[in-house]
Amino acid sequence: MALLSVRDLRTHFFTRAGVVRAVDGVSFDVEERRVLGIVGESGCGKTVTALSIMGLIPKPPARIVSGEVQFGGRDLTKLSERELEDVRGSQIAMIFQDPMTSLNPTLTIGTQITETIRRHFDVSKEEARKRAVGLLEEVQIPRAATRLDDYPHRLSGGQRQRVMIAIALSCEPELLIADEPTTALDVTIQAQILDLLEELREAHGTAMILITHDMGVVAETADDVIVMYAGQVVEQASALDLFDNPEHPYTEALLGALPQLEGDGIRQRRLTAIPGRPPDLLDPPEACRFAARCKYAGGDACTTHMPELRELRPGHFVRSEHPASERTRRGETVVV
Amino acid sequence: MSDGALLRVRNLVKQFPIKKGLLIERTVDHVNAVDDVSFEIHRGETLGLVGESGSGKSTTGYCVLQILRPTSGSIVFDDRELTELSGEELRRMRRRMQLVFQDPHSSLDPRMTVGDIVGEPLTIHKVGTRRERSARVRELLDTVGFDPTYTNRYPHEFSGGQRQRIGIARALALAPDLLVLDEPVSALDVSIQAQILNLLKDLQQEFGLTYLFIAHDLAVVRTMSDRIAVMNEGKIIEAGLAETVYGSPREAYTRELLAAVPVPDPRKMKERKQERRRLRASLAER
Repeated sequence: MALLSVRDLRTHFFTRAGVVRAVDGVSFDVEERRVLGIVGESGCGKTVTALSIMGLIPKPPARIVSGEVQFGGRDLTKLSERELEDVRGSQIAMIFQDPMTSLNPTLTIGTQITETIRRHFDVSKEEARKRAVGLLEEVQIPRAATRLDDYPHRLSGGQRQRVMIAIALSCEPELLIADEPTTALDVTIQAQILDLLEELREAHGTAMILITHDMGVVAETADDVIVMYAGQVVEQASALDLFDNPEHPYTEALLGALPQLEGDGIRQRRLTAIPGRPPDLLDPPEACRFAARCKYAGGDACTTHMPELRELRPGHFVRSEHPASERTRRGETVVV
Repeated sequence: MSDGALLRVRNLVKQFPIKKGLLIERTVDHVNAVDDVSFEIHRGETLGLVGESGSGKSTTGYCVLQILRPTSGSIVFDDRELTELSGEELRRMRRRMQLVFQDPHSSLDPRMTVGDIVGEPLTIHKVGTRRERSARVRELLDTVGFDPTYTNRYPHEFSGGQRQRIGIARALALAPDLLVLDEPVSALDVSIQAQILNLLKDLQQEFGLTYLFIAHDLAVVRTMSDRIAVMNEGKIIEAGLAETVYGSPREAYTRELLAAVPVPDPRKMKERKQERRRLRASLAER
């Protein structure tokens, strides 16, 4: 059985202009000890999905209009705020892109870590402090005991993210949700943080949902991947199968649009950009939401009705009338 | 070698004072944001300046444009020493070198229309009549792939990619020779980023522009640049042809940077992770 099971989740924002369907029928499972990557561009609904799981969406204007989030035998969408508070931190923890906004600038990091520990465990102040030192050592912050008395602004961005990871792991959660955890960091620091996350996850057996816009970070970190576009899952597969054989025209286009680090003629070549931009989720088309930007769509079913997410081969799901392998089989060509 | 160089930077140093005291500020020390940097860029060429935050790459760009005056060193643009110029002479040279900013959200004046933003450099430098200017604005917007019928709209009505097109159109208004591009696509989504990078490639071809392309993203720099200079702690630590610097880096820091870049290939990432651990172990030993 999956550790976390999200079924047909719909989170809509009720604004003066109308209903924004930020998350519109998303389903996925997170298995124990595995990493699920959720990848997509801004506004695709990946963060709102995570916040919905945690019960952290701003209400109003947002509301989960339907769907389930099954975790530990309970539907998290049905829990009271009090019950959710117990789940958050102790069973599911979350880290965000910018640690400075999640750390309190007026409290020392020691206070913030021990606070979390004492919120969830019945231990003395001294014991909590001892555990805090141990946690900072585990996230490889040098001179941990003295750093406890520092305020967040004294730490670098990478160290602040290490502190956030220490706080997130302090209650040994079964699931960690990391929303763009390295986006604000330099590339060498990003590598260190991703390596650290992997070590800690393996040591503690923690499962993770990694939310990112970066296909490289997904390839590096995730076992399974879902690609989101305009509030929906458009492709789902194991990381190996997704990158070896991307099926959805959007996934293909996204990979094609990435500049390459090595190869011949990079400088001379143009990138394969995706024309246009994602649809407005205020009034999304009843057709395939990628159709307007898709070079394979036109005059067929996908411009008039929404394709279902279907299993193309075991474990590989796609929401498109024109997945790559079917195009090859049909001998479809495209006039660009 | 230096024949035909449009821009020649020699021993550029930019110091910033470190100040102490609240009411009576005094300078206690200096930090060398840019520390003895030299490079040149030939006409029609792109030099990529890559490095992490605080490496001095943007400060270098601002010194080239004389937005920041260098502490010492020489900046020769088309055979004129810029550090010795001031007033009208400097203004005249500045017309020929323009800046494209990172953040199209904060770099465009929200109270000005798109047309005014793009036309402002023409107004400031008193180029042509009103009619000519407005025709030029439409032509510029068309060049960068922005619908010229929207000249009376305001920047907030447009997406990040469209706003960056407005910023580029403005930079092109005075037909410059050199563009300094400071992280021009780092605020954009991948699919939009590709559109803007292609536009920049096309514009360079069409107008023979010379680029100083500053970015932290190693793959973005690679796709734009003929030559690449890697900066760290205010210094250029390695420079050369793009394929050489990336293909066979000499410096440990360059190798570390390249090994840290996540690439969209799970199998390759496994190798890179191991390579990273080796590098980190060898760096720790030293």
